[in-house]
Amino acid sequence: MTDSKELQAREKQEVAAPAEHTKPGLLFTPAVDIFETESQITLLADMPGVASKNLNIDLRDDTLTLTGDIDPFEGPDEKDILIEYEVGKYFRQFTLSEVIDQEKIEANLSDGVLRLTLPKVEKAKPRKIAINAA
Amino acid sequence: MLIRRIFNNPALYRNPFNELEQMRRRMDMLAGNLFGGVPQQAVASGVYPALNVTENKDTYYIRAELPGLKQEDLDIQATGKSISISGQKKIAPEDDNAKYHRREREAGKFSRIIDVADNIDTEKVEARLADGILTITIPKAETAKPRQITIQ
Repeated sequence: MTDSKELQAREKQEVAAPAEHTKPGLLFTPAVDIFETESQITLLADMPGVASKNLNIDLRDDTLTLTGDIDPFEGPDEKDILIEYEVGKYFRQFTLSEVIDQEKIEANLSDGVLRLTLPKVEKAKPRKIAINAA
Repeated sequence: MLIRRIFNNPALYRNPFNELEQMRRRMDMLAGNLFGGVPQQAVASGVYPALNVTENKDTYYIRAELPGLKQEDLDIQATGKSISISGQKKIAPEDDNAKYHRREREAGKFSRIIDVADNIDTEKVEARLADGILTITIPKAETAKPRQITIQ
């Protein structure tokens, strides 16, 4: 990874809610890295401001849903002077093609980054097939 | 020709629907003011990180979303009239055999300076990093605080 380049300001990506929300508020899609090794799929998601108690990870029917709620961090008597980013919930959904071992899923949230490890089920792991010479 | 002139003259030819539209907009504004309305639209500066600055009676707050940053990756300097925030966002290399499906998170250096209107007491500036949110607290100078004036 090139660490030396300058970081560019990017606007947060707003998304439409998948279902109607009863609570008003903005919904953003977190930036993610997803990579796969032979034994597992790892997902990293930037979700600044989400505490672990407000993070919800749901996996059913091959659909992985990440939802992160934000506790308001502004005091009630604070007035805005300069607003460059908006604050809201995070939401993102993925369809997983591999069979995931639900029991062994691990999630770790630190410094606003979620690291989700999804181990593949044994039978989905590639197996080297030896060819027997006749 | 005459007809064209009449219809092109905005004073003579008024669209009644236009007026209705204007009225509707005014009503929306009124309702927005009464019930809180839509939140203020964010204005991007084009410099990383995006900052939100708020104030209350005694303090200014500068907040930035910096997911994945550790305390040691950040350098915050306060001078009399400005605060500079610089640092480096690192993404640790993963397994060499990893095959990527998505790579949206970015690593890199950044530095930003923000001017603070009043002279600030650099000794009292505090910074906190929690859940990827940086909060810089700047106590207002005595002269910048609103003062209650009693009527005699």
